[in-house]
Amino acid sequence: MAAKRIEKTFMTVLLIAGGLLMMIPFIWMITSSFKPENEFTAVPPTLLPKEFTLKNYVDLFTKLDFIVYLKNTLIIVFWSFIGLFLNALAGYAFAKFEFPGSKKLFYLVLATMMIPGQVTMIPVYLLINAMGLTNTMAGIVLPGLVGAFGIFLFRQFMSTIPTDLMEASRLDGAGELRIFFRLIVPITKPVFAVQGILAFIGAWNSFLWPLIMANDQKLYTLSVGLQLLKGQHGSDFGLQMAGAAFMVVPIIIVFSFFQKHIIEGYTISGMK
Amino acid sequence: MQNFTKRFNRYKYPYMFIAPALLLLLTFSIIPIIIALVISFTNIDLAGLANYSNIEAVGFDNFMNVFKDPVFLKSLYNTMFYVIIGVPLVVMLAMGAALLLNYGTGWLFKTFRVVYYMPSITNIVAVAVVWGYLYNSHYGLFNHMLSWFGIPAQQWLNDPTLAKLSLILLAVWKSIGLNMIIFLAALQGIPRSYYEAAEIDGASKWKKLIYITVPLLSFATFFVTITTLIGWIQFFEEPLVMTKGGPLNSTMSMALFIYNNGFQLSNFGYAAAGSFVLFFIIIVVTILQFAVKRKDVEY
Repeated sequence: MAAKRIEKTFMTVLLIAGGLLMMIPFIWMITSSFKPENEFTAVPPTLLPKEFTLKNYVDLFTKLDFIVYLKNTLIIVFWSFIGLFLNALAGYAFAKFEFPGSKKLFYLVLATMMIPGQVTMIPVYLLINAMGLTNTMAGIVLPGLVGAFGIFLFRQFMSTIPTDLMEASRLDGAGELRIFFRLIVPITKPVFAVQGILAFIGAWNSFLWPLIMANDQKLYTLSVGLQLLKGQHGSDFGLQMAGAAFMVVPIIIVFSFFQKHIIEGYTISGMK
Repeated sequence: MQNFTKRFNRYKYPYMFIAPALLLLLTFSIIPIIIALVISFTNIDLAGLANYSNIEAVGFDNFMNVFKDPVFLKSLYNTMFYVIIGVPLVVMLAMGAALLLNYGTGWLFKTFRVVYYMPSITNIVAVAVVWGYLYNSHYGLFNHMLSWFGIPAQQWLNDPTLAKLSLILLAVWKSIGLNMIIFLAALQGIPRSYYEAAEIDGASKWKKLIYITVPLLSFATFFVTITTLIGWIQFFEEPLVMTKGGPLNSTMSMALFIYNNGFQLSNFGYAAAGSFVLFFIIIVVTILQFAVKRKDVEY
């Protein structure tokens, strides 16, 4: 029994030590974001601020346009939820309807997963340019609106819904859209939860495409704005840390609340 | 005609349901790959974009030139460097973290799941900002920590070889979490009875790990290895936000080379050719992986 206790203690210590190593950048970011500027050049650097200040956070909104970046990021998040519903609708059709070409079209959807982003990046830019949508929100949002992986996950989960349920509603005279929103969506809430969180994280973090598309600061997202801040205020570490913390903390809060669903989500997808 | 309308009405709903998603995928995934293939045989650049009549077909020139381009060859070498060091590290550390988290069931182990996963969901620019500060040669935490052991300050991002390793460290830190979750899901799928049977036979902890757990994780390991490999061949965001490929292209990856040629230098045709070389490498590596996997012992 003693050996077992030693083992357990050892594993716990290892767990905490590894966790602390993973946490260093986060801890350093949070504590530094409350430091006044003169403490950043201090040797040796201190973990906690000697003088606590919120100035860095205030500056994000007064000196810089973080409120605009936040608004744009939230618009992208909103559209990603619309995309989520389009994925769900397509997944539903592939799972529960038989129609000519359904198999072939589904394979086509899956095939798009294998195309690397670097190959499509340039032609998509040329396409958006030809449509006259560069430097618009539509140009930023449209290319990533739907995704094969999302469609695939919805299809997998919705295949398990008994078809009788839908037949019963049809006999009651419910329209197909009504069946989808009133019957299918409530049943598949767990997948919507997982996909919703992933969509939120993806949209909140979206960086490369807004960077390519937006010439105008009015369209910058938080991450593009932070990249600009990194370039323009390269030595103002306090401001940088506050900007980074402002991006990272909301995600961590959302994730901590829903982490159980995300981990379950990977079990749903059949990853064993 | 009547027959057609009847058929259409019958399948109206499924087609309506898939139409938006399919149209978007067609426009932004399928058609672009055709465009990429076509333009990779042309000299399209900003002048060509302004007026399509300036575009000329150049045959295989782009593909020939890309292999003569010293920057591309360097990026090829760097990408190999990233993959060979980074991928095994990610797979081993993710599996290790999953085994560790699967060891206990208390609140501590549940909480630390979130801690280990956190870097995976953290925005890459925020990561770059924070790590850039950690790596700072004057005021950074890492050099300060080295000084505790009497090690001189390092040029984390300015030394050609060390810069690559610094980016790998950051990328490994960021990719452990997601892969760890995949291993955790797989671990929870192993029936307890296997371990009980082994205990009756008097197997030690170590033997159970080597002869039961690791072999039964083989599918998850395969999945993680192949997705990580594909991901790391496309190593991109880390050098883009941390070093922009420098110093002297020593952190330039293939994906960043394509991005730079496309969006900085506007050599769209040349960049498209480069992207097909990258695509080809990914396909070959994936096929090789599946071939090796087939020889594996099935349990």
